[in-house]
Amino acid sequence: MQAHQRMFDPTSNGLHSGEPPLLQTLGLTKCYGDFLANDSIDIDIWPKEIHALLGENGAGKSTLVKAIYGLIQPSAGEIRWQGKPIVLSGPSEARSRGIGMVFQHFSLFDNLTVAENVALGLDGRESFKDMSARLEQVSKTYGLPLDPKREVWQLSVGERQRIEIVRALMQDPKFLILDEPTAVLTPQEADQLFTVLERLKAEGRAILYISHKLEEVKRLCDTATILRGGKQVETCNPRLETAASLARMMVGSEIKQVKAPAGRKTTVPRLVVNDLSLARGEAHRVRLEHISFELKGGEILGIAGVAGNGQDELFAALSGERLSKDPGTVVIEGIAAGHLSITRRRKLGAAFVPEERLGHGTAPRMKLSENALLTGHAASGMVHHGFIDTAATLKTVDRATETFDVRKAKRDPEAASLSGGNLQKFIVGREILRNPAVLVVSQPTWGVDAGAAAVIRQALLDLATAGAAVLVTSQDLDELAEIADRIAVMFHGRLSAPLATSEATREKLGLLMGGSSLEPKEAAHAVGA
Amino acid sequence: MQLVLEKRAERSNTIALVSPLIAIGLTIVTMAILFAILGKNPLLALHAYFIAPLTDGYSLQEIAVKATPLVMIAIGLSLCYLANAWNIGAEGQFLIGAVAGSWIAVKTQGTDAGVWVLPAMFVLAAAAGALYALIPAICKVKFGASEILTSLMLVYVADLFLDYLVRGPWRDPQGFNFPTTAEFDPVATVPLLIEGGRLHLGSIIVLLVVAAAAILLGRTIKGFEIRVVGAAPRAARFGGFNSDQLIILTFAVSGALAGLAGIIEVAGPVGHLQPGISPGYGFTAIIVAFLGRLNPLGILIAGLFLALTFIGGEQAQIAMKIPLDVTKVFQGILLFYVLACDSLILYRFKLVVPNRQVARGTG
Repeated sequence: MQAHQRMFDPTSNGLHSGEPPLLQTLGLTKCYGDFLANDSIDIDIWPKEIHALLGENGAGKSTLVKAIYGLIQPSAGEIRWQGKPIVLSGPSEARSRGIGMVFQHFSLFDNLTVAENVALGLDGRESFKDMSARLEQVSKTYGLPLDPKREVWQLSVGERQRIEIVRALMQDPKFLILDEPTAVLTPQEADQLFTVLERLKAEGRAILYISHKLEEVKRLCDTATILRGGKQVETCNPRLETAASLARMMVGSEIKQVKAPAGRKTTVPRLVVNDLSLARGEAHRVRLEHISFELKGGEILGIAGVAGNGQDELFAALSGERLSKDPGTVVIEGIAAGHLSITRRRKLGAAFVPEERLGHGTAPRMKLSENALLTGHAASGMVHHGFIDTAATLKTVDRATETFDVRKAKRDPEAASLSGGNLQKFIVGREILRNPAVLVVSQPTWGVDAGAAAVIRQALLDLATAGAAVLVTSQDLDELAEIADRIAVMFHGRLSAPLATSEATREKLGLLMGGSSLEPKEAAHAVGA
Repeated sequence: MQLVLEKRAERSNTIALVSPLIAIGLTIVTMAILFAILGKNPLLALHAYFIAPLTDGYSLQEIAVKATPLVMIAIGLSLCYLANAWNIGAEGQFLIGAVAGSWIAVKTQGTDAGVWVLPAMFVLAAAAGALYALIPAICKVKFGASEILTSLMLVYVADLFLDYLVRGPWRDPQGFNFPTTAEFDPVATVPLLIEGGRLHLGSIIVLLVVAAAAILLGRTIKGFEIRVVGAAPRAARFGGFNSDQLIILTFAVSGALAGLAGIIEVAGPVGHLQPGISPGYGFTAIIVAFLGRLNPLGILIAGLFLALTFIGGEQAQIAMKIPLDVTKVFQGILLFYVLACDSLILYRFKLVVPNRQVARGTG
């Protein structure tokens, strides 16, 4: 592998003759205690290049870009900028040299306007008026429309990302780092972003593009560096690779294909939602409006949508973390449950897997057996007359470990000591082992390695085959296409009518995710609203 | 070279056990320096504080007597603290319990009331302590008022209420105008365990409370609920546990235990109601709870240790003229070190060589 690393040489195409790379890392290493987050990474970034940084969660992508952006100091190795070694004291020094970054998690103030947010990120040497004018000009030039006077809370996630990009561009960077920029975008918004990136490239800037979406990388990037377990596995031209070969380099082995078992039959409705509306819990949160759907046993319904369109609120309303005044809004196994607590709903046969693994799905500093008890105390025979049956809780841990291949250092460790993928397998396993009639799961494979993701998706399919009704909320359209029978889209607290997965093309879903309607007559109405 | 705190992957159980001992060690060193500054021989002073009380039977009994209210209150507080509810007002609940229980003793004084008097005093004291603790709990749940402030402020209300009673309606007519009730009748007094000694029934009750708390926290779903609500509130809600109910419950239980401790102190070692029945038991119990790692058995040991500081403080005052307030200084320093050492459970110290040298060395 090490020898292979040098086989692809971008200089061979004659573009970079003589000049040093714009940015170069030489043996860049970062360790946290005994853990090597980056192990001697050599990466060359040239002007007019979109360079992909590929890897699974925990492969070391974030650590590498944090070192390049001056957020952390490398333990060893060096960074060269235009051929000269540099030591970055912090992000402001990186910015002043011409390195910009757009983070995956935005740092914006909801109650401030677009212009105010941009001003906060700049050094403040120009007047607010000049800055606003420049903001408008930059956003126009690059086709990133923004109204400087609007407050951030009114904007969609895509628009918020535009603020971050424009803010970075206003410093005229030679080199721009983007961390998973399309994770929060609809397919159409992603296309618009690619146009902007192509243009930046044409202007001679370099881009480091972090992603794990392989099709995107093949389409957009000139070079790809693949990290695995902190090590540099390969640097290659992604256009000459297949998605499968890139995935193999990322994961280090073949990924098992998820199989939908044949002959799945749908039975009676097990989860019915009738005209569910819910006021905002907090300011700037989404309100749920007239949500209705029916989910039969043996069926998987996928809910797509850009984050923050009411998926969290829907999960809270379905699980009983937030109660509805009208019992009939949520019907579980034929029983009106809208007013029932989460424990009562579990007793009716429902099970829930929230998006956030640590702190919501589990208590991080408690043992797995105690976390088995967290959701199992109501209906799994773990409690007798108020006393905990420790043997029963441990047995659940052992069964989940065995059935779902949970890797851990000892029999009953703290939840926080497990890797994301293994903890997620435990949480999903904990719920599936209760043989639920209805499983509501949010972002089942978010930030989970490919191997664990395959195990989890297969488990969801098997559960549906066994007759359960499964509701999956996900931002990953590929995931929904793989396991769901029908897909509905959430936008601004409303749920579209479900489409059969075979008919749910990326274009159609993208339109729904952006708030348009599929029917031309209503489309005008939706845009106006 | 640079000293940094680094997060541990998993909490260190060794440090969890050792950290109170490190804290005690650091406190003793600090106290020795303090004694030296006061112009006293540190070794003699430390001997008077920590060794002398352990050498005679009377002092040993007295340590158990002092530990009784400390441990009983601290057990209740530990339930609150585990559930992330901050009851700082145990001192007030202790006083209100003492007042409520004393009411029966005062009203039955000189009558031929039977053996029911003492149990009735216990029940009423516990109920009054619980109700008094419910005031900040309900303010917290209903209005979002900080329970830390409200529970603390109610301490002074209880203190002045007791003061009013013993100076006014309940004052002993034969008491030469001292602010105190008459000595309680034998049926209203906690029986002694050893004839002519100091140990009383309260020490047995406190052992039962410790055992009950250990079972509650270790074996029951309610105990699990208390721990998970404190450790991970959102996960607790997902588990179906209601944190508001739990705040009410833990405040009520800790108030009841503080109230019970109050009446046992008044009807036991003191024998009548008067101001100053507590040398700050309700506040010292906060230190006991944390020094004992919020663990029932740990609290028992920590309670005995802090009782030792009370006795040692008195002996040091008599033998070496060291001011009694030094005991409070000691307790304060101890709490400071306990909380500081606790960070070592989740973090560790590490010496770091600045990375530029490394970078130059390898690059």
